[in-house]
Amino acid sequence: MIFFWAFVVGGLICVIGQIMLDVFKLTPAHMTTTLVVVGAILGGLELYDPLIDFAGAGATVPITSFGNALVRGALAEAERSGLVGVLTGIFEVTSAGISAAIIFGFLMALLFRSKG
Amino acid sequence: MRQGRTWLFPTRPHIAASAAVGGPMEAQGPLARDFDVLHEDFWLGQDSFEKAEQKLLEEACEKAIEKAGMKKEDIDVFLAGDLLNQIITSNFTARALAVPYLGLFSACATSMEGLALAALLVDAGKAKRVLTGVASHNAASERQYRYPTEYGAQKPPTAQWTVTGAGAAVVVEGHAPGTGVHITAATVGRVVDMGIQDPFNMGAAMAPAAVETIETHFRDLRLAGDHYDLILTGDLARVGHRICVDLLAERGLAIPRDRMADCGLMIYREDQPVFAGGSGAASSGTVFYGHILREMVRGNLRRVLMVATGALLSPVSYQQKESIPCIAHAVAVERVDPA
Amino acid sequence: MSDNKKKKMTPPQQRYQAFAQGREPKRPVFLNCLKAFLVGGSISLLGQCITTFYMTFFPFTEKTAGDPTVATLIFLSALLTGLGVYDRLGQWAGAGSAVPVTGFANTIASAAIDYRSEGFVLGVGSNMFKLAGPVIVFGVFSAFVVAVIKTVWNMWLAGGGGG
Repeated sequence: MIFFWAFVVGGLICVIGQIMLDVFKLTPAHMTTTLVVVGAILGGLELYDPLIDFAGAGATVPITSFGNALVRGALAEAERSGLVGVLTGIFEVTSAGISAAIIFGFLMALLFRSKG
Repeated sequence: MRQGRTWLFPTRPHIAASAAVGGPMEAQGPLARDFDVLHEDFWLGQDSFEKAEQKLLEEACEKAIEKAGMKKEDIDVFLAGDLLNQIITSNFTARALAVPYLGLFSACATSMEGLALAALLVDAGKAKRVLTGVASHNAASERQYRYPTEYGAQKPPTAQWTVTGAGAAVVVEGHAPGTGVHITAATVGRVVDMGIQDPFNMGAAMAPAAVETIETHFRDLRLAGDHYDLILTGDLARVGHRICVDLLAERGLAIPRDRMADCGLMIYREDQPVFAGGSGAASSGTVFYGHILREMVRGNLRRVLMVATGALLSPVSYQQKESIPCIAHAVAVERVDPA
Repeated sequence: MSDNKKKKMTPPQQRYQAFAQGREPKRPVFLNCLKAFLVGGSISLLGQCITTFYMTFFPFTEKTAGDPTVATLIFLSALLTGLGVYDRLGQWAGAGSAVPVTGFANTIASAAIDYRSEGFVLGVGSNMFKLAGPVIVFGVFSAFVVAVIKTVWNMWLAGGGGG
């Protein structure tokens, strides 16, 4: 069942993005940035984790989950160390994604040239 | 000599020879047979797209000089421009040619800026043989103006495809031997900005500039609507061409619709993935210096007005929320049969 | 001069823009949304399969399988970018390929590959985040703001404890 909802929810978040591109004429950068910020806000309101429980990868794969993960990391650390934890904990949860993107991005630049 | 804003060239400078070079997409287009050199390799065997663009311009220039029966040293002045920052393609080609050089920039209208100035120099007696050329490379333009080439952004249907190619011509005095295609007049454009801000919709941004220049040209020379066999715009493509033709009709210019065409629409087939059509300095450069001049020599066209169109924006101006100022330069050519 | 204009269109400009807009091909919004839905959903589904794979064959729980899933998707996307395939997918799928984390990886990989010609330090290194930068900057900053507000709110509710 979670496979079905992963497909549907993931797809719907992308449709929201597509509407932002085509109807509101945002650039892809503006669109993804907006979605990340929305994810952070929903994370702060504790609305995003329930979506993850419901739709699994349908909520963790879109870029909105990056915003949520950043907030969760900051809040978790704040609970342990107080307000300064907001600064020190932000990248806790997301370090896998950022590290992977840098490492594999660089690797591909070593291996490949543009195809045009 | 001038009529209104339009330059006339009483000594009738003409084109001794011209050449067009293209890339893989252009090789699959309908004008392939009118290119002097076509490349399968998008990189032209170079290790950057910028160096590939330079190679395109070098080849076009060498070919044009060769076809004119001249050597590099015979060229008095080299007039060239391209789309890259600081027009490096032209600068480095000028380095290879080692002749006096004037770099030009009107974005995609540079081809006719070059041809107009070449005719002016020869007509004024300041030079006997002037080489003029332009080049563009799809990937080099995309990198600079838009996005990395492998980036998965979705382009709208109004976007255009920068032509990978180069065009060059040698302009000489009226009495010298050549193709028989004379340069009769040139109208320098004014910058026109109708507030279009979308760099993925340059056709709509540039059309008003083309209309302004065409109107001025016809008014200055008091021409009938059917004076030219063909009025060609550089890279308005599907969107801009339609707007241009409709606008001219609205302004009462009485130019038969079937005598208006656009290089960006001619260079690619309908089924090639080029969105609204071709763009780039080489759009007018390859089609005019290749196909059109050959058609004139073949006897299929006698009087042509080439109106190259350019969008004078930069990535910075776009990010600073400026609109897109555009310009169009027109050069009139006529085939004169030997007496 | 230009700051006076401030993007207020003159009447001729407005007339022209209306004239031009009537002659432009419209974006196929519904079709684009459908394609975005299909591709975005499929990538999410793929993510779910990968998570299940990691949970089944490796000692990952639902919570901890998220990291290797994201890393795997990023690897696949970077690879497809290098092979010259992702940009074609992007043209077809639009937001369907830009919104999933694979789109984020594509921005980084495509910028890295593109700037090879300027060398690895000044080219690749400096420019890798050209397109991904906004997502990271605004993600981090908005998370910071949200977390500060929430933490202060919690502290106020608890009557000033902690710190």
